Amino acid sequence: MSDEEHLPISLTVNGERVTRMVPVRQHLVDFLRTDLGLTGSHLGCEHGVCGACSVRVDGAVVRGCLMLAVQADGTEVVTIEGLAESGEIADLQEGFVARNALQCGFCTPGMLMTAAELLAAGAPATREEIRTHLSGNYCRCTGFHAIVDAVETTLAARLKKS
Amino acid sequence: MKPRKFSYVRAGSVAEVLELLDRYGEDARVLAGGQSLMPTLNMRLSEPKVLIDINRIEALKGISVRDGPVRIGTVTRHAEVMRSAIVAEHLPLITEAMPHVAHVAVRNRGTFGGSIALADPAAEMPACALALGARLVLESVGGRRSIAADDYFKGLYDTERRPDELLVEALIPVPKPNTVSVFMELARRHGDFAIAGVAFQLQMEGDVVADGRLVYFGSEEKPTLAKGALAAIKGRPLGESSAEAAAAALDGDLAPISSAQGSAKMRLHLQRVLTRRALAVARERASGRAKAA
Repeated sequence: MSDEEHLPISLTVNGERVTRMVPVRQHLVDFLRTDLGLTGSHLGCEHGVCGACSVRVDGAVVRGCLMLAVQADGTEVVTIEGLAESGEIADLQEGFVARNALQCGFCTPGMLMTAAELLAAGAPATREEIRTHLSGNYCRCTGFHAIVDAVETTLAARLKKS
Repeated sequence: MKPRKFSYVRAGSVAEVLELLDRYGEDARVLAGGQSLMPTLNMRLSEPKVLIDINRIEALKGISVRDGPVRIGTVTRHAEVMRSAIVAEHLPLITEAMPHVAHVAVRNRGTFGGSIALADPAAEMPACALALGARLVLESVGGRRSIAADDYFKGLYDTERRPDELLVEALIPVPKPNTVSVFMELARRHGDFAIAGVAFQLQMEGDVVADGRLVYFGSEEKPTLAKGALAAIKGRPLGESSAEAAAAALDGDLAPISSAQGSAKMRLHLQRVLTRRALAVARERASGRAKAA
């Protein structure tokens, strides 16, 4: 392993400062899962198709497998663990349970991360727009209908409140 | 599914990138948003010795317009282009195309210049750049040159850019008044690569097409200007008969490729369907504009 190039990175993960040496070819989700033990971000396809590895970097949801860990140096990363703990999506999580929007749960962290961005925008969205927004996240159990239900009801409840 | 070992450089300036490209040439790959490069690295379809990360170079970012074309820097994210008021005002074709570019997480990271540099035949931004008559600015240690989009796209993932050059920005002329644009594509699912697609810009005089650029993508090896289809509608009012003539002319303009996504014959058919639909929308937009004026 001596010829494996490493670089130091320092970033914020779920509000905590983290400094590590990482192999330059390691992608962000491998770093989060193996170095930090944050296994909520799932690795499905590892080439940017399935969306299971979605994480938030500097406020925007991205594919965690299509970004190198070294590129996260100096950024603020939020994973599903941090997002859930913050309470930001407590209503969405309840909505997923109420609507049966998950079966095996593999896609769920990515679904929640992606849906959170739509909810945070605070604008009304049709079912078709919700589907389009989630089109980069694959679910092989639910057929998506229940997921759209959960996002739709959560969004409607939030808009009613505001 | 892990990349082969490479050396990584986070470039601090364009000059540093150009020096590295000069030194390593084809052994180096430039990492912009990485939404196409990272999959190929993960799958080991691409195995560069050196990866040059340009994401932190501020000079390569941003959208501006000042007495001339709209400038879009290479590492401007798709999401920023999609939200840009400058783009919406001057280049509505791009604003209309943006929702078709993959998915939200990819648009948050992928870049305008990265898409143009890669020249994927099914990608939206190369087609828009060609339809809008963009100039693409390339830099190397030897200097700077700008190339018309007409000459830039050469073939399948093949462009005029030399291995020692960096695409630094696109300069896109602001369309004249009375211009209408339409973007449409067909894909298996939203955000998937297009099987067929059109990016049209038409300059109108009343209800007559004075000039325009009709670009087809997704079915060809590169975004393609359809000269025969344009000739079929030029000097005529937009309507069903001119749209039919344009669709018929595609026989001479296009040479679709076959793939698992669809045969050449089907793609040509779909491009004709899109031609009729897009010209109908262009007609509505042109008459809407005439009423507003």
